[in-house]
Amino acid sequence: MARKTREAPAVNAGSMADIAFLLLIFFLVTTTIDVDKGVLVKLPPWSEEEPDITEMKTRNVYSVLVNAQDQLLVRGEPQSVKTLRANAKEFIMNPNKRDDMAEKPTKAIISIKNDRGTSYKTYLEVYNELKAAYNELREEMANRKHGKSFEFLSKDQRRAIRAAIPLVISESEPTNFGDEN
Amino acid sequence: MGKFQKKRGKSTPEVSTASLPDIIFMLLFFFMMVTVMRDSELKVTNNVPYATELTKLEKKSLVNYLHIGKPLKKYQAQYGTKPQLQLGDKFSTIADIPLFLEKHKSTLPEKQRPGINSSLKVDGEVTMGIVTDVKQKLRKSGQLKVNYSAKKRPD
Repeated sequence: MARKTREAPAVNAGSMADIAFLLLIFFLVTTTIDVDKGVLVKLPPWSEEEPDITEMKTRNVYSVLVNAQDQLLVRGEPQSVKTLRANAKEFIMNPNKRDDMAEKPTKAIISIKNDRGTSYKTYLEVYNELKAAYNELREEMANRKHGKSFEFLSKDQRRAIRAAIPLVISESEPTNFGDEN
Repeated sequence: MGKFQKKRGKSTPEVSTASLPDIIFMLLFFFMMVTVMRDSELKVTNNVPYATELTKLEKKSLVNYLHIGKPLKKYQAQYGTKPQLQLGDKFSTIADIPLFLEKHKSTLPEKQRPGINSSLKVDGEVTMGIVTDVKQKLRKSGQLKVNYSAKKRPD
């Protein structure tokens, strides 16, 4: 009789918060917030036939060769990675209208050729510098034309600038002289 | 004393903590949603180089990862010290790439497939030979959006 009158005790839910906290902390710890970052590249589509080397004027081509010792040869002359960006910018814009540099930015082509023995670090550094050259030029143009940074422009304005300074980096088949590791 | 007790008893009740578990659960579910468990154990060295022109890869589900590096110490007896490609959680050859891409693609709805990015996580010490081969295979498989994973260069 006594049992019937007594109510069944409710399950204590006070520790629910603690359990939830425990789980929460577990997920907080395992969550990786770091976003994957990197240099975005668009590869050219694959085609079986050899690309035809059309009559491109040598003045429009900025050739960068990287050998297996990670040394650079830019337009026939040895160069360091540090000066690459400034030189590439000058080549693309050709502010002094020199006749051995690009006729206009839309015609400029940057060609990279590396060896199979080139270290990836150097390759990426070179690629990064060349991309940086283009990005800086676009940034300068955006500031000049619209007085704003490139990333704050509207879509159309960005497209116009991209069309004025198109990023053309072509990569040729690597040579095979150096040792791979 | 009596006055004090009287006031408390009457007007301001304690803040109820009954909803605390709910709030915590909400946070919990949020973190459960955003958590991406590291699905593959790294078996190769992976010290990506520095760069400045970085783009963030926003949608993790749209990214597949290709690791290239030297096998770690404990795998060197089996796989040697030459740079190897790791797809998912196992050592692979270049020929496995198309299947790997296809597998990843099939997990996504048709609409999102053009947005797939391949993240190349390549160790800085690796030479370009294997990287070139991987790139060529990616081109042949129609996977043209590639992201060379890199760290922000400290100034």
